[in-house]
Amino acid sequence: MSTGLHYLVWVLVFPGFLFTLALGLAVSWLVRKVSALVQWRMGPPLAQPLVDIMKLLGKEALIPEEAHLGVFVLAPVVGLSGVLLLAVMLWRSLVSETAFVGDVIVALYLMVLPSLALILGSSASASPHAAMGTSREMKLVLSYELPLALALVVVLIKAVPAGDPAPSLSLAALARHAPVLSLSGLLAFLASLLSLQAKLGFIPFDMAESETELAGGVLMEYSGVLLALWKVMQALMLVALPLFLVVVFMGGIDLSGWSMLWGVAKLVLVWVLMILIKNTNPRVRIDQAMRFFWVYCGTGLGIAVVLAMIGRQYGVPWL
Amino acid sequence: MVVRRTMGWKRWALRRSVWVFHVNAGACNNCDIEIVDLLTPRFDVERLGVKLVGSPRHADALLVTGVGTRQAVKRVQEVYRQTSKPCVVFCIGACACGGGIFEGAYHVAGPVDRIVKSVDPGAIVAYVPGCPPKPEAILSGVVKALAAL
Repeated sequence: MSTGLHYLVWVLVFPGFLFTLALGLAVSWLVRKVSALVQWRMGPPLAQPLVDIMKLLGKEALIPEEAHLGVFVLAPVVGLSGVLLLAVMLWRSLVSETAFVGDVIVALYLMVLPSLALILGSSASASPHAAMGTSREMKLVLSYELPLALALVVVLIKAVPAGDPAPSLSLAALARHAPVLSLSGLLAFLASLLSLQAKLGFIPFDMAESETELAGGVLMEYSGVLLALWKVMQALMLVALPLFLVVVFMGGIDLSGWSMLWGVAKLVLVWVLMILIKNTNPRVRIDQAMRFFWVYCGTGLGIAVVLAMIGRQYGVPWL
Repeated sequence: MVVRRTMGWKRWALRRSVWVFHVNAGACNNCDIEIVDLLTPRFDVERLGVKLVGSPRHADALLVTGVGTRQAVKRVQEVYRQTSKPCVVFCIGACACGGGIFEGAYHVAGPVDRIVKSVDPGAIVAYVPGCPPKPEAILSGVVKALAAL
């Protein structure tokens, strides 16, 4: 097989688009099923997320009269391709070492892309409700990007040994360490778990999409195929973001033999934590979210950075 | 009358994933409570793929309650126009179906099917009478309407 075709299969079939999408749809079913069980309901059947997307593909796509057509239509495509790239990069970091230096920074950028696309698309729709959602999404991005970047600083301090002249910052190199097993790493992990909760638009940080007061917020004006694209994007995010946590904080997934099960267990653990947080919390206001991320997470991560520096300087691995 | 039928996989998927939007066209809140009842653990319509959504753009079915007051006419018509087709309009309760006890009153512009059909003569309308209709009746109405899609 030629290299080009090989890469195409990588991106589009396995473990890229089709595989990640199938996994993401299964996880979004899990989210709905567990939420239903928590509320003492039966919940939807396994195929429900797939059927939802198929139905949306068969529906009429309405475009608001005053919307900016190009941005409105292209925004979901941009968001989707960003998440797809992120997913492929993360899967690739698990199997091969041939990554470019500092691809973790690129991953951080790609993780902003879905929120950015959401902001662009909803502000192009010329709807006041969507505009409210846009402003909340923007404030949310401003809030959680700071803790996420700080948490990554902690990871880099833990992963780069003192006195290393040419440290490797690739995802594959980070996947060899498990900073979550130290005090500072655990703090950073918890803060980034909550940041990803906000990125996924899960309760307690779903104020940008809130169905009850903003009627769907950022997604309000989308219908048919375009809404299906957003739903596909969200399904991919449901795999890519927890995978990012596993790669960066929990030592990645070892794909050889039985130890793969251990790696899958880590991924499942992140999903379970996210679903539990989603089901046991009310939605917070946007100012509460900002205060939470900047003041509490920010301070906690500041302490974590200092602890990690001390641990590195004096060779204490558990700090 | 134009009858639009959705065929093949589109129909298959639509019947298994109905997202509903609730339109109150001047109801006394009794039918609304029965609709909320459908989402509770006792009936749990999510197991049939039914989900309550916040925007008519996402909806496949409009659950209209209330008699259709003169104030509500324009709003109901606008919401119908904004719903992406194919969609079904459900008239929930005696008032929405035929005016109920308010028939002929000064504020009534309904019934709801006339309001919707003045925008789109080919609209698919289903009726669930009752004051208020039992949740079982609403469910059976949804099932029958989906079979007719």
